[in-house]
Amino acid sequence: MYVLEMNHVSKSFPGVKALDDVTLKVKPGTVHALMGENGAGKSTLMKCLFGLYSMDEGEIRFNGEPVAINNVKEALSLGISMIHQELHLIPYRSVMENIWLGRFPRIGGSKSPVVDHQTMFERTDQLLKDLNLSSITPTDLLRTLSVSKAQSVEIAKAVSYDSKIIIMDEPSSSLTENEVEHLFAIIRSLRQRGVAIIYISHKMEEILKISDEVTIMRDGHYVGTWEAGELTTATIIKRMVGRDLTHRFPSGESKIGKELLRVDNYTSPNPRSFKQVSLTLHEGEILGLGGLVGAQRTEVMEAVFGLRLHNEGSLYVRGKEVTINNSYDAKKYGMALLTEERRATGIFPVLSVQDNLVIANIRAYRDKSGLLSSAKMAADTKKSIKDLDIKTPSARTLIKSLSGGNQQKVLFARWLLTVPDILILDEPTRGIDVGAKYEIYVIMRELAAQGKGVIMISSEMPELLGMTDRVVVMSEGRVAGTVNSKETNQEQVMELATKYVG
Amino acid sequence: MRTQAIGSFLFGKKSLKEFVMDKAIFLVLLMLVIVIAIINPRILRVQVLRDILMMSSTKIIMALGMMFVILTGGVDLGGGRMVGMAAVISASMLQTSDYVRRFYPELGQVPLLLPILLAVIVGTLFGMMNGMIVAKFKVPAFIATLSSMLIIYGVNSIYFNMPPNNSQPIGGLRPDFTYLGSGSIGFIPVIVIFAAIVSIIVWFILNKTVFGKNVYAVGGNPEAAAVSGINITKTLVGLFGVCGFLISLSGVLEAARTGGATNNYGNGYELDAIASCVVGGVSTTGGVGTVSGVIAGVIIFSFINYGLTFVGVNPYWQNIIKGIIIVSAVSFDIRKYVQKK
Repeated sequence: MYVLEMNHVSKSFPGVKALDDVTLKVKPGTVHALMGENGAGKSTLMKCLFGLYSMDEGEIRFNGEPVAINNVKEALSLGISMIHQELHLIPYRSVMENIWLGRFPRIGGSKSPVVDHQTMFERTDQLLKDLNLSSITPTDLLRTLSVSKAQSVEIAKAVSYDSKIIIMDEPSSSLTENEVEHLFAIIRSLRQRGVAIIYISHKMEEILKISDEVTIMRDGHYVGTWEAGELTTATIIKRMVGRDLTHRFPSGESKIGKELLRVDNYTSPNPRSFKQVSLTLHEGEILGLGGLVGAQRTEVMEAVFGLRLHNEGSLYVRGKEVTINNSYDAKKYGMALLTEERRATGIFPVLSVQDNLVIANIRAYRDKSGLLSSAKMAADTKKSIKDLDIKTPSARTLIKSLSGGNQQKVLFARWLLTVPDILILDEPTRGIDVGAKYEIYVIMRELAAQGKGVIMISSEMPELLGMTDRVVVMSEGRVAGTVNSKETNQEQVMELATKYVG
Repeated sequence: MRTQAIGSFLFGKKSLKEFVMDKAIFLVLLMLVIVIAIINPRILRVQVLRDILMMSSTKIIMALGMMFVILTGGVDLGGGRMVGMAAVISASMLQTSDYVRRFYPELGQVPLLLPILLAVIVGTLFGMMNGMIVAKFKVPAFIATLSSMLIIYGVNSIYFNMPPNNSQPIGGLRPDFTYLGSGSIGFIPVIVIFAAIVSIIVWFILNKTVFGKNVYAVGGNPEAAAVSGINITKTLVGLFGVCGFLISLSGVLEAARTGGATNNYGNGYELDAIASCVVGGVSTTGGVGTVSGVIAGVIIFSFINYGLTFVGVNPYWQNIIKGIIIVSAVSFDIRKYVQKK
């Protein structure tokens, strides 16, 4: 009946009970969504299943038989694969080597040391054809592939293990809408072959579209399992957070003031990057920057912030032309940038919450002797933690042990300490659970109410339209159009986003 | 447009500019080679080139060993000292019976292969020990090998200082041994044949065997290797073992080539080997590198080494030039692999 049963699973880490009597039952040939806020225990549960963690209590039944999974290799040989949020691929190796890594076909039997390239090529070719991925050649180097194709390679790899269960952890987080469609096509064909997919995502629309059943977790507990058809976004959210979230976005009217920032005709020296980008931001305004992944939105904003080169165009802050060559200059003109890759370019994982908070504004904490004043830093840290409601055991806690949402709040607070006028937020709510998202939206609204200007790059359409006043839509490095958020709809934005594609 | 067309004709899909960027350091050094050849064309005589090739041979073997470690993003700082140890071990047992100051005065004629094997086995074991420390205790390779550099040098010096030798340079090596380093078959030096055979075997290991591919995988993305069920410890111990094997083999041949050995042999060779690898396109970030690149790197580097002396550049200046070459090679390399902005 079930291909997988996880019964009464508990798992504790020092100080936290991450899983408490959790149950997950997955039927073969279904897409089973696993939902919950960050910290609800989804990843922990999946790591127990994949052999990365050992359970304290509970049992796993695979096809009705109880099994013990002690390491990744055992999980894989049972037929359980996992596609991680950060893809696990080797950039300078070919597609086929990546797929068969750890179990290459060999010339002259399984004990032989010599790899059979011919067989490997043929098997890979067949596999890719089966999955309708003929646009990928087995000998392509991984690094030449787009994120979406690289992910397809990971899926092909999972399929090649003859997996009965494939765990997908936020597979769509870095894909464009088109690519998500393609991913869903692959998922549907896997489902038809009887493969069960455990799908972890925060995107409600996706979950409702692709999944057959939904299991919801909250704070390490099992909430329940439902048919996807019985659920709506509202009911899911209610069960995830245990309360009604009537508004997904905080309400509030923006009071648009004078011009704050004007980007005029910005063009990158790289011909494949942005061209002739112009936009304006006003006091009290939240400006969205929409478009497909690859539309060069991040690149434009990084150029404005002085992290990338531009060889044409000019920049005006409050009407005065300025030159910004590095982030130092940008800070001087009251700009702040919250980067897209929180882990890679945001947090200093092994530093404390306090160190992470004060780092962008560190010069302000020098006393007369030129040394840093611990008291001043501690006071600001305390205030930030309170103002933004950052959930941390203490200011000295290492930031890496905080949840994604709280890390993001720390980064927000870091830039707020520099008292910026212009905030550029690149995908500020990516990988953050619903509750924390709402809190971030509230912070954005407050900032706008204080007369600051906010630019938000976002790939999530509801957020883009729900939070902003205007949206500048980019397509293939150019501005395809600007729309008024109250008067537009998703279709119009999509149309603009694909204007120059192809 | 036209240069681009020619570029794409010559270099496949890559544009001329990309090709130049990719091979920048290589091209710069090639120019330096040309400059040296213009200043003193006699360097291009066959006899001189043959000398350079012989000098390069032991270095090729050593650099190929070094490549295994660099492929995982580390370096083997103990390589030079390992050369010295292998040279002393092999030479100490391969002196002619009528030589005055013998390391083992009572030792008879041992089979040629025995001391060589002994030296290479000791080197391999030290290599595997490095690998074990890196894999099990997660010590960065450069620290692990920095320690083993000291240990190897200490062990070798104690051995070298044993009475009756008392730290005297070991000389009077047997002709069948020195033949390996300085003899030739027809016009082709034996040592060059050694280097060629080793290169072919290493190429085969890296490109055709499971172990070789695992080396690239562990170097390119250790986490991906781990979740694919690759035994990382085994791979690391293996590749450090191969590195130790090749480096000590080059040490043995170095003794045979120069006809002697002291405990200070090979001091600093690891830096040349690392430099040659980097010049030859082995990325210090791991996972990228080819045998042909390393060979080209070594030969160009040896040519410049030899050539600078040949055209009379002051040795102090030579160090400065070499330093500049290494730092530019690495910065070009890093430029290639970091995201282009």
